[in-house]
Amino acid sequence: MDRRAFLRTSAAAGLLLPFGQAAWALRSDAPGPRFVVIFLRGAVDGLNVVVPYSEGVYYDYRPTIAVAPPGSEDGVRDLDGRFGLHPALSGLMGLWQQRQLAFVHACGSPDPDRSHFEAQAYMETATPGVPRTTTGWMNRLAGAMQLTVPSQTVAFGASAPLIVRGTTPVATFATGRAAAQPQPIDRDPVRRAFDPLYAQDPRLAPVWRAAEEARAKLLADLRHDMMAASEGAPDAQGFATDARHGARMMVADPAVRLVFFQLGGWDTHVNQGAAQGQLAGHLKGLADGLLALHSGLGSIWSQTAVLVISEFGRTAHENGDRGTDHGHGNVHWLLGGQLSGGKVYADWRGLAPEALHQERDLPVTTDFRSLIALVLARHLKLSADALKNVLPGFTPDYRNIAGLLPA
Amino acid sequence: MLTTPQLMDRLTLGAAPDLEVAINAGAPRDWLTGQLNPGSEPRSLREALSGLDAATLDPASLLARNRPAPGALKDPEARKHFQMRRRELYRQSVAARLLYGTISPWQLRELLVDFWFNHFNIFAFKGLCALWVGAFEREAIRPHVLGRFEDMLLATARHPAMLFYLDNHLNAVPGAPAPRGRTAGFNENYAREVMELHTIGLHYTQADVIGATRLLTGWGIDGKGRFHFFPARHDADPQTILGQRFGGGEEAIISFLKYLAASSYTAQHISLKLAQYFVSDAPPADLVNAMTARFLDSAGDLKSVTSTMIDHPQFAVAAHRRDKFRTPYRYLLALLRASGRIPDRPQPLIGALNALGQPLYGCVQPNGYASTEAEWLSADALSGRVNLAVALGGGWMQVDSRFARGSAVAVASVAETIGASPSLLAHAQAAPPQLQAAVLLGSPAMQFC
Repeated sequence: MDRRAFLRTSAAAGLLLPFGQAAWALRSDAPGPRFVVIFLRGAVDGLNVVVPYSEGVYYDYRPTIAVAPPGSEDGVRDLDGRFGLHPALSGLMGLWQQRQLAFVHACGSPDPDRSHFEAQAYMETATPGVPRTTTGWMNRLAGAMQLTVPSQTVAFGASAPLIVRGTTPVATFATGRAAAQPQPIDRDPVRRAFDPLYAQDPRLAPVWRAAEEARAKLLADLRHDMMAASEGAPDAQGFATDARHGARMMVADPAVRLVFFQLGGWDTHVNQGAAQGQLAGHLKGLADGLLALHSGLGSIWSQTAVLVISEFGRTAHENGDRGTDHGHGNVHWLLGGQLSGGKVYADWRGLAPEALHQERDLPVTTDFRSLIALVLARHLKLSADALKNVLPGFTPDYRNIAGLLPA
Repeated sequence: MLTTPQLMDRLTLGAAPDLEVAINAGAPRDWLTGQLNPGSEPRSLREALSGLDAATLDPASLLARNRPAPGALKDPEARKHFQMRRRELYRQSVAARLLYGTISPWQLRELLVDFWFNHFNIFAFKGLCALWVGAFEREAIRPHVLGRFEDMLLATARHPAMLFYLDNHLNAVPGAPAPRGRTAGFNENYAREVMELHTIGLHYTQADVIGATRLLTGWGIDGKGRFHFFPARHDADPQTILGQRFGGGEEAIISFLKYLAASSYTAQHISLKLAQYFVSDAPPADLVNAMTARFLDSAGDLKSVTSTMIDHPQFAVAAHRRDKFRTPYRYLLALLRASGRIPDRPQPLIGALNALGQPLYGCVQPNGYASTEAEWLSADALSGRVNLAVALGGGWMQVDSRFARGSAVAVASVAETIGASPSLLAHAQAAPPQLQAAVLLGSPAMQFC
């Protein structure tokens, strides 16, 4: 990314506020569809998330880590007579029944690389096989949506990940409970001491302003939350805390349009577990966060789409350490108020050895960029030209997923 | 010649009391020559390190002292104890690095250690790496940062920490007797990264990865935690990699790594990364070319490459601009050094680096942390840095046992050390007393070097 361009853009954005109110409101302050992306870093084992329990080979391949068929407490929750949901995700079955949760199986990047960081970078740039891309697709999307105020695009984390990096300014928020606790920077004497210093610094002023704006918002949301304490706080562990913070920001400010979360801990090479265990624990945290997001968004849920992605899937067979190794195709998730969910979308070719990619992994039969393109075109209503800028050199193929969102 | 403030910015972890005096004691050129030829560490540092297992023991001793008895890991108490030991050794490794960074007069070497550790990154929280990350840095990185690149490459390749982190200890010809009763098989992890990240960059094919994987079989870790070549696990078939033919055997592995070290792609890759760290996020091409040429001429003599970089006219130009955004690690060290605090209680600083997104030895991915502004400058990053400056400057965060909690850093001394402008100092002095040093430490000027 060209840093100078970034600062120029940021500075211009700062100037727009006093001088361009009318144009501003027209362009991006008006309420509109929201888009949340959740990246599961480390490659989640999709075959144990949306489990093809009707295929006997699934149980042959995974003698110690397979999840049982529906019918028992430890078994999957039946989705469609063919696939079942991991029991740690049973809290999401309500959304599934309301058709607000869908899965795209055998989905992923066409690039066959099994290196985490390269595959993650490709998923963040949305240019598989082109390592030199330096901007993330969510940043290009923010540009295409003309989201020029930093806090309109919010990434949770200590630094801005590649997916949101680029020429359009974005805000980052620290994760965890501490982020919402008062910090030195929230005290008046501290602000009074630092504000003038940063306001005068030509390079850092726009970033500082973005930080202040973002922080002010979060604190305002917090105060609101204290007044509404009777609702009872949801589980404050892990992702749910951040999801709740994100939901509050989106509710409090209609200009917040794009939100990004990332969760780690999915690289289960060893002792992955089945109905219980390592993967189950992480999935439970993810489900809690998604439910916190859903309830936190309230009526805004109907304008929101939530995409859950991961860089690649894992081997169909379990390995010698009761875990799984790096694979290829995976399951990607879409949640939201407007979709035709309650369905596993897939060009599904089964798990027989000859149907597998290199006889070991789920193949990729739906390019993840087609799923992104579908959300961009039909949920965010991006024009075909804008879509080309976000997903350069890619022609979407909606064959497997056309019914997911209304045209 | 660079000015003293420029030398402190670019070739140390930050200005410290007395550093300016040390640089100006002789000619700055002599100070620089000394930095390129470091001597022994001061007694205070040696004594502080001597109490830390992670800073003194080799991998085998660390394993012997900390590994639970075979089978004991089934016992939850033993497992808990082992976790505790891993955390403790991780803490010690961080403590050692921060002590070196604050006390050592050989500051250029400390910057190079930061750079080269990241280049050959190890993630401390993968299995045994927590025990070994300190030893890895001390044995495989530190002795070579002003030596030959080839020696560092070979030292890292054979170090148990790297063998464990990038799985080459599991890389074995299928069907061979494998470690820990596993099913032996090829593992491509190290073979790919040693080419892509450690040496030539993206100038290889999948066929090269497969050839290198087969060649690299057999290098592993014995039951005592020592590097060992296991001939029975080695695939002795000759391999063609990057168009070169390598016979089987351990000698061929070494030839392959030396071949990678001598490649012009490697010279280019290393020179660009070094220049990015020390000079500018987008370093001038003629500077990188001069370094690349020197790398090739000197057969990868890193002292020579480093001094070529420092002596290049573009280095002074960049230092004059003072526009390199400090990474969280460099910012933290700059705060400690400017405050004159010796972190003998590093626990809060481990948390601080976590909060700023750069936990030491905590980069999961093998490419290590980037040194560029795009990676580190974000809205939340600035608030996080100011929070840290306030906590440290106000004495609320206690890291040096010589100072009681709540004892603020002296503003006058920080101002003198960092060469604060009169207007910045006046602004700081207008703040409440407990915040005055913090204002200097958290100021925009401190974010750059």
